Amino acid sequence: MASDFTQPGVIAGSRRGFLAGIGAAAVGISLTGLAGCGARGKSINFYNWDTYIGATTLKDFKKATGIGVKMSLFANNDELFAKLRGGNQGYDVIVPTNDFVERMIDADMLLPLDRAKIPNFKNIAPGFQNVAFDPGRRYSMPYTWLVLGLGYRKSKIQGVPDSWKWVFDSDRYKGRIGLLAEAGDLCRLVLKYMGDDMNSKDPAALSRVQAMLTKQKPNVAVFHDDNGQDLLLSGDIDIVIEYNGDIAQVMREDKDLDFVVPGEGSQVSSDCLCIPKGAPNPALATEFINYLLDAQAGAEITRTIRYPTPNAAAAALMGPDYRDNPVIFPPKAILDKCEYAKYNGEAMSRLYEDVITRVRAA
Amino acid sequence: MQDWRDAKGPFAAIFGAPALWLLAFFLIPLAIVWAYSFGRPTGLTDIAITGTFANYVRTADPVYLGIFAKSIWFAAITTLLCLVVGFPIALVITFASERGKALLLLAIMLPFWTNLLIRTYALMAMLRTEGYVNTSLGWLGIGPLPLLHNNFAVTLGLVYVNLPFLVLPLYSALDRLDKSLLEASLDLGAGHLRTIREIVIPLALPGILSGLLITFIPALGSYLTPDLLGGPDSQMIANVIERQFKRANDWPFGAALSFILMYLTFICIAGQGLLARRREKAGAV
Repeated sequence: MASDFTQPGVIAGSRRGFLAGIGAAAVGISLTGLAGCGARGKSINFYNWDTYIGATTLKDFKKATGIGVKMSLFANNDELFAKLRGGNQGYDVIVPTNDFVERMIDADMLLPLDRAKIPNFKNIAPGFQNVAFDPGRRYSMPYTWLVLGLGYRKSKIQGVPDSWKWVFDSDRYKGRIGLLAEAGDLCRLVLKYMGDDMNSKDPAALSRVQAMLTKQKPNVAVFHDDNGQDLLLSGDIDIVIEYNGDIAQVMREDKDLDFVVPGEGSQVSSDCLCIPKGAPNPALATEFINYLLDAQAGAEITRTIRYPTPNAAAAALMGPDYRDNPVIFPPKAILDKCEYAKYNGEAMSRLYEDVITRVRAA
Repeated sequence: MQDWRDAKGPFAAIFGAPALWLLAFFLIPLAIVWAYSFGRPTGLTDIAITGTFANYVRTADPVYLGIFAKSIWFAAITTLLCLVVGFPIALVITFASERGKALLLLAIMLPFWTNLLIRTYALMAMLRTEGYVNTSLGWLGIGPLPLLHNNFAVTLGLVYVNLPFLVLPLYSALDRLDKSLLEASLDLGAGHLRTIREIVIPLALPGILSGLLITFIPALGSYLTPDLLGGPDSQMIANVIERQFKRANDWPFGAALSFILMYLTFICIAGQGLLARRREKAGAV
C-alpha cells in the first residue's frame, strides 16, 4: 500500500496537513446546516480529519451493513468545537482529540456510548481501555494516538536533537526552527522542557514560558499550523515540532528526514470517536464506531493513515515495517515520560493564547 | 427623474428582497456580534450580555494597541506601494489602444479568477528557500535569501493581492479626464512629468483617494496573507481575532477587537467623506 503515498509534498496526506492551511481560510462558524444531508434511508454523517480513514473503509462498511456514511472534514479541534457549540447540525460521529473530549464532556456536548453494542472494544490495547480524560470510556472510543516530537533534516542537524533545548533555548539552528502555532501545545512543551508540570495552572510558570519563548523568538523561522512536515520537506526549515505520524509520512518521500521524541518527554494525544448530543442516528453511529474498532477495518485504516493505532488486534495484522517503525512507535522508555494534555478550564485556554499573542507581538 | 415616493409599490418590490437579505444575513448577525462585545463568557458555550465594557478596556492593553499599530503600518505601507506601482499601470491602461486597454484590464482582473488561497500558495512556492526565485538567484551565485516567513513576504503578498483594488478605481478616474486638458498642457510647454504632477494628479485626486481607501481597508483586516506568508513577527489583528473566536473560545473579546477594527474603518471612510466634501466646496467657490 506504500505506493499510494506518492502525492506531492504540499498535499502530503495528513490529518493535520494541508487542510490546516485551508482551514485558515474557512470560517469556523458556519451558519448553514447540513440541510439536504438528512437522515432518510440508512445513513450517518461522519465529521473527521482530512485523510484520516482507510481507502475503502466507508465502502466496506456500506457493503457490510447497508449504512451509508457521508464524511465531512474539519481542520482542527477548534473548528470542530466552534461548529458544535451552537448546537449539532446533524453530525453522528466526530473525532475530537483527548483534551477536547474532556472539554466537550464538560460542556455536556457528548452522548454516553452504549457499550453493550460495541463488542469490538475488546480489540483495544489495555493501556487505552481506561484513560484519565474519560474514566471508564463512557463517552469516547480510541481511534489513534500520536506524540509530538522533533522532525529534522539529518544532513543539516548535528547528531540526534534529542532535547527540546534545540528549539526552545538555543540559537544553534537560528532561522531554521519551526514551532507549533497551537498555543496550548506549545506552552505545555516548554513547561515540560523546563521541568515543570506540563499541565500546570501556575501563572508564574506560564510567565516563565513567555519569557523563554520571547527570548527564543529571533531564532524561530515560523510558527506553523500543523504543516511542519511540508515546511521540513520543502527545505524551508530544518527542525520542527510535529506529530510522529506526519513526519512518518514525509520520511517516505525524503530519506534525509528523521524524527525523535526528546528525552525530557513530550505530549501524547489520542483522537477518539464520539457521538455528539443531538446526533440524528445514535444507534447507527454506535454500529459504525463498533465497525471502526474491528481488527480488519482497523488494519485497513492503519495501512492508509500510518498513525499509531490503539487497536491491538489491528496492529497484529500489520507488517513489521509498521510495527517496528521507531517513528510510529517511539521507545517505551521515552513514551513513559509523555503525558496527555489535560483540559484545564476555559481560563487556562485563554491564558495560553494570551502568552502566545504576547510572544508574537514582542 | 421620478421620485421613489410616487411609486412606492414598484420600489418596495425591487428594493424589498435585497433589503430583507441585508437585514437577515448582514445587519442582524453583525448586531449579535456587537452585543457579544458587551458580554462575558459564562461557560464553555454560553455568553451573558451584561453590558460590560471590560472587553473594550482589555483592547487598550499595550500588547493589542501594538498589534493594531502594526496592522495599520502594514496596511499603510501596502497602500503606498500599491499607489507607486499602480499609478503607472493605470496611466498605461488609460493611454493604450482600445484593444490594448481590454487586454490590460483583463490582465489586472485575471488573478481574481483564482482563489486567494491558491495564489498565496503559489507565492509560497516562489519565495521559499528552495523556491523558484532562490533557485534562479542560485544560478547567479546569490543567496539563498530569506524571502518567505517574514514581514517582507507579508508586504509583498499584500501588495500583490490588493493591487487591482487600487488600479481599477485609479483607471476609472484617469479615463474620465478630459484629454484635451493634457494636450493643452503639453502644447503650452509643460513636460510629461509636470503635466502629470500639475494636471493629472489634481484632477484625478478624488479617484486616487477612494482607491487608497479601498486598498487600505481590506489590507488592514488581512488574515490569510500574514498567516501563511508571515514569520514569528508578522501577526496582524485579524489573526488575533481569529484565535479569540477559536482557540481561546473568548467570543466577547474577539467581538470587541472586531468592532474596534470596524470603528477604525468607519473613521477612515468618514475622513475620506469629509475631504471630498471640502474639495467640493472649494470647487464650488
